[in-house]
Amino acid sequence: MRFGIAVFPGTWSDRDCARAVEVLGHRSVPLWHRDRDLGGVDCVILPGGFSYGDHLRTGAVARFAPLMESVQEFAASGGLVWGICNGFQILCEAHLLPGALTRNVSLEFRCETAWLRVETVETPFTRACDPGAVLAIPVSHGEGRYVADAPTLDRLEAERRVAFRYVARDGLPVGDASPNGSLRDIAGIVSDGRNVLGMMPHPERAAEALLGSEDGMQLFRSVVEAVAERSAFVAAP
Amino acid sequence: MSAPPVSGAQLAEVALTRAEYDLATRRLGRVPTPVELGVIGAMWSEHCGYKTSKPLLLRLPTAGLRVLQGPGENAGAVDIGDGLACVFKIESHNHPSAIEPYQGAATGVGGILRDVFTMGARPVALLDSLRFGPFEEPTQRHLLEGVVAGIGGYGNCIGVPTVGGEVYFDASYRHNCLVNAMCVGIIEQSKLTRAAAAGPGNLVLLVGADTGRDGIHGATFASVELNEASSERRPAVQVGNPFLEKCLMEVCVALAGDPRIVAMQDLGAAGLTSSSAELAHRGGCGIEMDVSRVSRRERGMTPYEVMLSESQERMLLVVRPEDAASVQGEFDRWDLHSDVIGSVTDTRRLVVADAGEVVCDLPLGLLIDEVPLRHPQAHRPAGQDAALAADPLSMAAPWPMGETLLRLLRSPNVGSRRPIFRRYDHQVGDDTVVLPGGDAALLRVRGTGGAIALTTDGNARYAALDPRRGAAIAVCEAARNVVAVGAAPVGVTNCLNFGNPEKPEVFWQLAEAVEGMREACLALAVPVVSGNVSLYNDTEGVSIDPTVVIGMVGHLEDLERRCAAGFARDGDAVLLVGPVGMDLGGSEYQRLAHGVNAGPRPTLDLDLERRVQAAVLEMIDTGLLASCHDLAEGGLAVAVAESCILGGRGAALTERLFSLAAPVVQAGLLFGESQSRFLASTRPAQVAAVRAIAERHQVEVRELGTTGGDRVVVANVFDLALSEVTRAYTEALVSGESGP
Repeated sequence: MRFGIAVFPGTWSDRDCARAVEVLGHRSVPLWHRDRDLGGVDCVILPGGFSYGDHLRTGAVARFAPLMESVQEFAASGGLVWGICNGFQILCEAHLLPGALTRNVSLEFRCETAWLRVETVETPFTRACDPGAVLAIPVSHGEGRYVADAPTLDRLEAERRVAFRYVARDGLPVGDASPNGSLRDIAGIVSDGRNVLGMMPHPERAAEALLGSEDGMQLFRSVVEAVAERSAFVAAP
Repeated sequence: MSAPPVSGAQLAEVALTRAEYDLATRRLGRVPTPVELGVIGAMWSEHCGYKTSKPLLLRLPTAGLRVLQGPGENAGAVDIGDGLACVFKIESHNHPSAIEPYQGAATGVGGILRDVFTMGARPVALLDSLRFGPFEEPTQRHLLEGVVAGIGGYGNCIGVPTVGGEVYFDASYRHNCLVNAMCVGIIEQSKLTRAAAAGPGNLVLLVGADTGRDGIHGATFASVELNEASSERRPAVQVGNPFLEKCLMEVCVALAGDPRIVAMQDLGAAGLTSSSAELAHRGGCGIEMDVSRVSRRERGMTPYEVMLSESQERMLLVVRPEDAASVQGEFDRWDLHSDVIGSVTDTRRLVVADAGEVVCDLPLGLLIDEVPLRHPQAHRPAGQDAALAADPLSMAAPWPMGETLLRLLRSPNVGSRRPIFRRYDHQVGDDTVVLPGGDAALLRVRGTGGAIALTTDGNARYAALDPRRGAAIAVCEAARNVVAVGAAPVGVTNCLNFGNPEKPEVFWQLAEAVEGMREACLALAVPVVSGNVSLYNDTEGVSIDPTVVIGMVGHLEDLERRCAAGFARDGDAVLLVGPVGMDLGGSEYQRLAHGVNAGPRPTLDLDLERRVQAAVLEMIDTGLLASCHDLAEGGLAVAVAESCILGGRGAALTERLFSLAAPVVQAGLLFGESQSRFLASTRPAQVAAVRAIAERHQVEVRELGTTGGDRVVVANVFDLALSEVTRAYTEALVSGESGP
């Protein structure tokens, strides 16, 4: 299968994502922000970085990139779209996902390993995980505090759309050790069609035991499985 | 081109003495124009022209089998095998950071990144060496906060990991904080791009940011002392745009090795002036430019301002006329603006016109080769011998040893740096194998099975007692950091941070420090490939302690043969590799316990140092060591505590030496900062094999005790819970107080 990896000016996790895909034995192609052609990829990754220098707000400018028009259409037709870090911020700005990402409660940038509990395996991004598994995946952001109004949060919970929650290493509530102070400790959510995932942590940085964790590969493997089945998901035009 | 006689105020603005001005006038055969005066002042400043330090710097050993590029280019480069080069340099941004900590530090990072990607190399790591006044003082924490935020703000945004560095707090830096940034890049050797203009008729492109009034006189500002009015020089501080630099970096890295690029040079100190002059001079050419073609961000800028602006994120490229459009197209793709501002000539002159009217026409030799060198007097300071004569063992130990260890771990100079490094992205790029917090960062080199080890180091307390010994120790200590992870030191970059060299005492320190560096680099066979000098770190006449910051790169051929600082298993033997010592002079213990810096500085036997490092490298390479950590500030006891904390397990030292001694001797043994030592651990069954290697190198090995449990114990001296030890270490940079 082929992953398409978006490159906006200021994107910096594109090469890391490509590397993770390569470790898994698959291929990826860069998708330039000014192009509209998704090149027939099976899954679009919007990687981390500071697209357009975070001008205005994180993700606020990227949302208007020509590439994003195609990504919107792709998502609407059931294609897999995976926003990581800045990609999550872009997806919220583009209204492909509800809520917003605001400044960390510490008011500081945080780069460290976070512990994520898999809250649902009923998504194409988590289907290869064990339910309730705790994954070690690094975070690296200054604005990763997930916020939404209470009805939205309730709906996300009721529809089992919270994909990951920050927890302590032992799986217990994270409390003050949250890297960003997200409401309800939310680290990642999926769209109502479950084909769009946004998450602040960087699974591509947990792709090799050499670098501390390979837990992130469970997510990449999930996508490969899902695409192989082609059940509900389509390839890009 | 004629100009009226120059006033004292005009000379002060460009930091030239009357004698230097007269010399320039004589050599030129006429009075320089205002633009020329600015150009000469910048090029003859200490920052660009090294007029005080140049004769000394020639003493440094710069040759070696691995050296691909020594000093003289934008950065140095060493061969790391597999056809790859490691490109690196360290540079100071002290004066701007003292005035405007966030932008000062941010643009320091931006500047050093450009030095590396100008050579075509993709930057893979940043390190920062920082010095502030006492951590307890709110003003100092404010500066620390601004500098850390600035480094993170730039590095995090551009997507280059900040993998290491160091920070010390000392009253000597109260009015002159130090911010030294190091960048490391990797490139195929065949693609190394030089900054030497060639081919008269070729075009000169200015790429990236538009030019504004920021940073005018930055180079000359960095070459004078700070005073109360210095905060009014805030306009001399540049403003950074990491987003723009990220785009610039991507294009420059992509263009490395491209035959369309004749030369590439970034704009740093003294902006267009020094970049164009150096580009042309290196290639033995001339250059002519028209400043009216330079895109501006402000109206009404004079040619003088355009030539001396230090606006960030700009590059000069030399291309053949037929390639200009296609190269400009590469920059357009990233929405980067480029202007053809001039061309290469064969005149060996720097000619600047403003809409056709020549405003500057100077021979490059005058600007670069004929920098009037200063040869200040050197005097050993009067108090130097008195400080050295003190006897640290005559000062009674104020606290029990266990409490002393906790106080040391809680010291801002010793405790965990995590509150700082977790604010830096240290993982982007997916190559950081050993994260910050150990001895040296270790980065995988893709496609080779090898790795590079990176560190910065520089203890100024030793250098204050003896600049020569202190500088030599800085080199050795940096090398030990690299060796502790299993890498062989392959190259040095250095930043010499000193006071006003016109003071004989400061010049003596500088001269001595350079000799010390030279001795240690020769002994360890590591060449100096790049560096930077920051002088005039004085405020109201008071100089900082002499601070030699060493950036070191090591190479590890087989990543599997690496080692980490934390104790790895229970039941391993804890070993001291190197001599037993009790050097308390200049130690962190002495600062904490007695508030002084006095006594003999640590002894250093460079031949022993070399043998210890060779022995440890061999032990790691043969897979004998489960952990390895170098002994530094806080001595043996702090190293043991750190290996326990990093490994998440305790240790018990049963060696009788410690409990038999008198308290002050105990303090010397446990907290003394004797050199040439490592703390290692290995399986008990392998101790004999470790000893055999040590003996072959004529190095002492002493078995101290055993790893395991949840306590940190020195039998009959102290017995502390690991949790308490960890808490003290973790809180050091959180509480803002140094006492328990």
